[in-house]
Amino acid sequence: MVDTKTKTLGEILRHSGVSRRGFLKFCTATASMMALPPGMVPAIAAALDKARRPSVIWLSFQECTGCTESLTRSHSPSLENLIFDHISLDYHHTLQVASGDAAEAAREEAMHANAGSYLVVVDGSIPLGNPGYSTTAGFSNLQILEETAAGAAAVIAVGTCAAFGGLPKADPNPTGAVSVRDIVTDKPVINVSGCPPIPVVITGVLAHYLTFGTLPELDQYGRPKAFYGTSIHDRCYRRPFYDKGLFASTFDDEGARSGWCLYKLGCKGPMTYNACATAKWNEGTSWPVESGHGCLGCSQPDFWDAGGFYNALSIPVGELSRTVSYATAAGLGLGAVAAGINHRSKVEANRRHGEVTVDDLEKTS
Amino acid sequence: MNESMDFLLWTRGTAFDVSVAIFIVGMLIRLFEIVSLGRGRDLAAPRGTEFLPGIRTILSRTLPYGGTFKRQPLTVIAGYLFHIGLLVSLLLFIPHIELFRETFGFGWPGLPNPIVDAAAVLGITGLLAALWNRLTNPVMKMLSDSEDYLVWILTFLPLLTGYLAYHRMINPYPLAMGLHILSIELLLVLFPFTKLMHTFTLFLARWYNGAMSGRRGVES
Amino acid sequence: MNALNTTPVPIEKFTAVEHRFGNTLPLLHEISHALHRLQVEGTVTTLDLNAVPFGPGDERQLVDFLGRGEVSAKLEAMGDSHIRESRYSGVWIVEHWNTSGERVAFQIEITKLPALLEAQQEDIAESLLMLQAALENARNGASV
Ligand code: SF4
Ligand code: SF4
Repeated sequence: MVDTKTKTLGEILRHSGVSRRGFLKFCTATASMMALPPGMVPAIAAALDKARRPSVIWLSFQECTGCTESLTRSHSPSLENLIFDHISLDYHHTLQVASGDAAEAAREEAMHANAGSYLVVVDGSIPLGNPGYSTTAGFSNLQILEETAAGAAAVIAVGTCAAFGGLPKADPNPTGAVSVRDIVTDKPVINVSGCPPIPVVITGVLAHYLTFGTLPELDQYGRPKAFYGTSIHDRCYRRPFYDKGLFASTFDDEGARSGWCLYKLGCKGPMTYNACATAKWNEGTSWPVESGHGCLGCSQPDFWDAGGFYNALSIPVGELSRTVSYATAAGLGLGAVAAGINHRSKVEANRRHGEVTVDDLEKTS
Repeated sequence: MNESMDFLLWTRGTAFDVSVAIFIVGMLIRLFEIVSLGRGRDLAAPRGTEFLPGIRTILSRTLPYGGTFKRQPLTVIAGYLFHIGLLVSLLLFIPHIELFRETFGFGWPGLPNPIVDAAAVLGITGLLAALWNRLTNPVMKMLSDSEDYLVWILTFLPLLTGYLAYHRMINPYPLAMGLHILSIELLLVLFPFTKLMHTFTLFLARWYNGAMSGRRGVES
Repeated sequence: MNALNTTPVPIEKFTAVEHRFGNTLPLLHEISHALHRLQVEGTVTTLDLNAVPFGPGDERQLVDFLGRGEVSAKLEAMGDSHIRESRYSGVWIVEHWNTSGERVAFQIEITKLPALLEAQQEDIAESLLMLQAALENARNGASV
């Protein structure tokens, strides 16, 4: 048995009989997964050869476990025997066998043993309204996050809840939910947003850290540019129809059958930055727009409050017709008042209007 | 940190409601006011009818008066260019039609995006030409006051930001779209209180002109 | 169970529409430019097709267009890999699967010979040691 804690990935692989070809193939798949150009394969191979096993502590706060579900369905080449064997997932209270004190002890041990170098992965938002809204082993989410993040190299906020507050933060935000970045301000925080995020994106970010020991380049929302650099709309294969102005108007009309653009049916692809159009879902089978449903905008902050899922993006969030009718009523009322005032001055003017004869004019001149 | 999305949501939410409300209330008050004031009673005996000449003038003034064209060709061309470009982009772009459909419950067919795009370019060009004309032509310059420039900016911004947003030339897109919506909200808020009212009052003014001339039995 | 089998369940016929979404054409142009570079400068190009936004049917169209050439190889290293030359010599279609049979990479390589087909330096070194050890054993009387 190789000591996976001290050996490099290259050593472990060679020891377990993986050929160089197998390793290069793995690197190719990893490059593709990290959305890096194929030219990077040699660099990845060199880095992975020397990579050491990072310790990962996974914290779950106000979440639905969908992100963990997504991750465990990741079809990366690495998940089953590499990335996940190779990272040391020291604490994940949904997946781990240990429970209670033993589980918390595992977290503390990992924190001490790897102080300053471990990764913290968070799914779920943090309630600030009342610490009792969400607790683990008697500690509030805020306490656990602050304590665990203190000695971390970086924090990866997985899912829209951890990255931006997500569903718990949706109006009226009953628990006072905030994102990881609202709490952790002195450490790099990588946002891997999505509801849930694409599995290969989660593993891709982990792989990037594992491979290069650095954090990927981030966009202004703190998301890795490799995956979130382009909008859904810019990579959508239905885009030519958008440009031509060919839209499906219902989910079963001729346009929908012909694969036309779903803008009118509420597609939020133009404002949404994510990798669905290329990474796809369910082992690369398809993705929402390909299966005929518009993008919901799930990787954007506050997407739950961004208007009806089936409303075109150009339609405002509020109750527009209600505003229009109230304003019209008010306008008619005030207009009537204005008309009334005008009418009075007109009546007054007419009253003063008298007939003028030539004699009158002569008198005044 | 999430500014651009927050900004977009604000422009699509509260700001939109407020500006639409101001627009509608302001518009109705002003129209009521104008209509209810009407015209002073004409005591002279009529020499013709009012109705047909009124309608005819509403339509006929849509075409430029030859004399004006000869003296100020740029005013006429730029004016037409930008009005057509503006109306096409506003009324025949499919995302806009979806907005009208949501508001009024009905929509109409739109134009393919590349055509609307071309119309927007025409509109922008027309507006720039109009501004240039206003700044360089001594008569135009003398006639212009600050409100004219304000109204020009209010009209120009939605076209410009719309063009930039459609071509995704501002990043991130939520910021681009938010700016576009905000520029329209500015337009809506100031619309009833500026010369922009001419969009509606021009019909009244033409009617009065036509009807009065008709009554006097002269051409308008 | 029997009752279930006899219960008529209407199955909606679904015919997935495949349209030409136009994503293959620019790709084919890219391949042709890369092939030209290979011819005159010897430059090797690899295109990662996982990064191309394919619509339904796009991939099949591309693969059909490229067709099959003279060489086809199967690699068994951490799951299967298929490397085959297209009907355009110098253009290779490379597909990697993992041990659970999921495709993890799909690439077009424009090269004389995909690098993965060559024996790798590290593997050569290791096999030399193994061969020498085996010969050593044979000399000591073990059956070869
Ligand atoms: S379906 Fe959505 S993402 Fe695709 S082109 Fe239409 S609006 Fe854009
Ligand atoms: S298509 Fe849009 S809503 Fe669907 S998963 Fe991708 S980003 Fe989220």
